[in-house]
Amino acid sequence: MERAPRFAADLAHLPTSAHGPRATTWWGTLGFILIEATGFALAAAAYFYLMGQTETWPPGQSPPDWLWGTLQLVLMLASLWPNWWTDRVAHADDLRKVRIGLVAMSAVGLLTLVVRAFEFGALNCRWDDNAYGSMVWVLLGLHATHLITDVGDTLVLTVLMFTKHVEPRRFTDVTDNCVYWNFVVAAWVPLWALLYVVPRVV
Amino acid sequence: MSPRDASPFIRRDGPALEEVETYARLERTWATPPGLWGWLSSVDHKQVGRRYIVTAFVFFLLAGLLALAMRMQLAGPEQTLLTPDRYNQIFTMHGTTMMFLFAVPVMEAFAIYLVPLMVGTRAIAFPRLNAFSYWVYLAGGVMLWVAFILNVGPDVGWFSYVPLAGPQFSPGKRTDFWAQMITFTEVAALAVAVEIIVTVFKQRAPGMSLNRIPLFVWGQLVTSFMVVFAMPAVMVSSSMLIMDRLIGTHFFNPAEGGDALLWQHLFWFFGHPEVYIIFLPATGFVSSILPTFARRPIFGYTALVLALVATGFLGFGLWVHHMFVTGLPHLGNSFYTAASMAIAVPSGIQIFCWLATLWDGRPRFATPLLFVIGFIVIFVLGGLSGIMLASVPIDSQVHDTYFVVAHFHYVLIGGAVFPLFGAVYYWFPKFTGRMLSERAGAWNFGLFFVGFNLAFFPMHILGLIGMPRRVYSYPAGLGWDDLNLLATAGATILAAGVLVFLGNVWHSLKYGLVADDNPWGAATLEWATTSPPPSFNFVHIPVVTGSNPLWEEPDGLPVVGGLRVDQRELLLTSVVDAEPEVREPSPEPSIWPLLSATAVTILFIGSIFTPWAVVWGSIPLAVGLIGWFWPKSAPDTPEPVID
Ligand code: HEM
Ligand SMILES: [Cu+2]
Repeated sequence: MERAPRFAADLAHLPTSAHGPRATTWWGTLGFILIEATGFALAAAAYFYLMGQTETWPPGQSPPDWLWGTLQLVLMLASLWPNWWTDRVAHADDLRKVRIGLVAMSAVGLLTLVVRAFEFGALNCRWDDNAYGSMVWVLLGLHATHLITDVGDTLVLTVLMFTKHVEPRRFTDVTDNCVYWNFVVAAWVPLWALLYVVPRVV
Repeated sequence: MSPRDASPFIRRDGPALEEVETYARLERTWATPPGLWGWLSSVDHKQVGRRYIVTAFVFFLLAGLLALAMRMQLAGPEQTLLTPDRYNQIFTMHGTTMMFLFAVPVMEAFAIYLVPLMVGTRAIAFPRLNAFSYWVYLAGGVMLWVAFILNVGPDVGWFSYVPLAGPQFSPGKRTDFWAQMITFTEVAALAVAVEIIVTVFKQRAPGMSLNRIPLFVWGQLVTSFMVVFAMPAVMVSSSMLIMDRLIGTHFFNPAEGGDALLWQHLFWFFGHPEVYIIFLPATGFVSSILPTFARRPIFGYTALVLALVATGFLGFGLWVHHMFVTGLPHLGNSFYTAASMAIAVPSGIQIFCWLATLWDGRPRFATPLLFVIGFIVIFVLGGLSGIMLASVPIDSQVHDTYFVVAHFHYVLIGGAVFPLFGAVYYWFPKFTGRMLSERAGAWNFGLFFVGFNLAFFPMHILGLIGMPRRVYSYPAGLGWDDLNLLATAGATILAAGVLVFLGNVWHSLKYGLVADDNPWGAATLEWATTSPPPSFNFVHIPVVTGSNPLWEEPDGLPVVGGLRVDQRELLLTSVVDAEPEVREPSPEPSIWPLLSATAVTILFIGSIFTPWAVVWGSIPLAVGLIGWFWPKSAPDTPEPVID
């Protein structure tokens, strides 16, 4: 560094936080969504592969009961609205409304976990019955893991938004969390079809 | 503040702040705290990258020792150095360690160190995740090796085929350690892939549009995407395996509707791309070294980028060629044969561009270039035997013989280890501030080249005359004795080359020539800062005006100012054109990544012994993650009004 540097521009005017594709965390969230979507797709492919190897599907059991899984579907689709709203008010850095949105989303999240517990009870198979049972439990378990992580994340964020740590970047965290919830819901739609519809139509 | 500091309130770099003062303030802001605590909480990508590199090389040496043990055992017929059971563990540990603990991590390690420097930024994206990934990788490797030392090392081959690896034929914990090692290393690899993608997308220096990204960075970017799509397959399959073994699921159990070939499909859906995950970064080494030593820009930049991307896609169409002998439908086989041969096209384009660069340049035959030329020669040979294997009739003949062992060592050692050693000679001055000895380097290369070919060429013939792989011994009189002895002699020469390398590193660290910023006269940004680079990489963020910035701006690169010097701050730019967009804060050092990794380790290892570990193990993990993400201080000090 003997030579004096040649300054081409002064970037001091740039903002220090951003939402969406201008922020690194948005891309990071997208990266992890890609990874997990690949995991879901491969597990679903394994389901079809095993189904193709078996004469009757499900082999000797009845398919999972409609009630809880479908209730879950309705609940999740309905949750898209408060999620969208939370995302919007976070984009506007509106702390009061973000708090409302997060509390609502925490409640919805906890509710989906309760429903999930009932879903496990209504599968009509055990994981160690046969390959079908193993597949069903793993698919539902994989999705449950995502539910638990996202609900946990939402709860922590909610608490955080009531502390002194509120700053512009926290709103970016909220929007990323909303993106992730959309993914959890989007993943449930085909999984629900796989677990509840496919065994009834083949 | 020092008395000569005329501007105590200026907190950003720029013409108003003296260079010396800028440097000092940046150092205060970015330096990792001293002492053990600082070491454990470091999030500097250069420190983490160095640890990754050193650790991966330690695993290379360990796996190499196992290879030597196998070659000693096989040097002559009916030897008794190793028992059959020990031999099974040793070839499994060798293959597993080389693939999962050496080859993939060492390539990522170079990305962690070099990509942020090459794109001209101060830090990697998500530096705490980066530190976390290192600890997880380390824990997985140590777990596997401790298990091996306690005689519970895996013994069913590096791809753990069921039913052999299933609960019925492999009771005990050996295979469980293998499956959990997969989980550890894949978590680490996936984290690094996301970091690299985001670093390349969002943190490039202003002006580094897509068509100016160095080829090494392109290679790492395509590799990271391959990791994202390939590694989940092996995580899914190894989790299914461990559940079959531990909680009685039936994924691979034909008696209960499972299917053994499901394992092979899932494993090779990952396993074939794995070869390119190792190979593409190596081509990045080659494309960095060649122009520097040919002293001209790389020939066919666009063709090379397209070849990388094409390889990335084709790599996913090929997995079935590992399963030709499993009796899949014939039409399917023909398709995969065609696809396996199609991948020769992008490889051919790459080789052509490299040769053209060399041909048209004024080559200077320093050690890095020697390794690159060795790579080209060996890789062409390995590719030829690969094209042979892509044909179903030939594969059916030589499947599971030493022909295959010869082939994949030509591809892996020729295609990855030679460029890697070239890369070590090339970037060692940047990493350490010292040059490696060129004379020892030439010896290192010569011993490698001769030893390697002596060790592995005879294995082609051994395979063709019928020697199966994975046998702990063989009877005399089959005509295999001389060739095996030759292979062992070659392996010994190769080992001598490794010793020369270690001696060279050790000696040069103390007495090597001191390297200046750009000792080879290279063109990319990592050479625009000191050797080794300061904690903040660049005093000012450089502006890129072409594909070979240091050649095109011999009077020094233009820079931008305005980033804070009193807080860790990065410049984010747009994805395509790298236009400045945001100044984003970058995390401080933290102990939480290590604590979280410890929690993960307890959970993973515990789950080998009881499924409940997943439940109670998630509590410390949750604590770790909350501690990690919970903000430490009151909101950032507000920016100064006057500057
Ligand atoms: C450094 C010199 C090396 C020597 C002398 C060596 C030697 C061997 C030998 C003799 C085997 C066959 C064992 C058997 O089938 O009975 C083997 C297997 C293998 N090697 Fe190497 N190797 C070397 C380096 C590497 C490297 C650098 C890699 C990967 C990056 C690698 C990956 C493998 C794999 C994946 C297997 C298959 C293991 C299995 O069958 O499960 N080797 N090696
Ligand atoms: Cu392959």
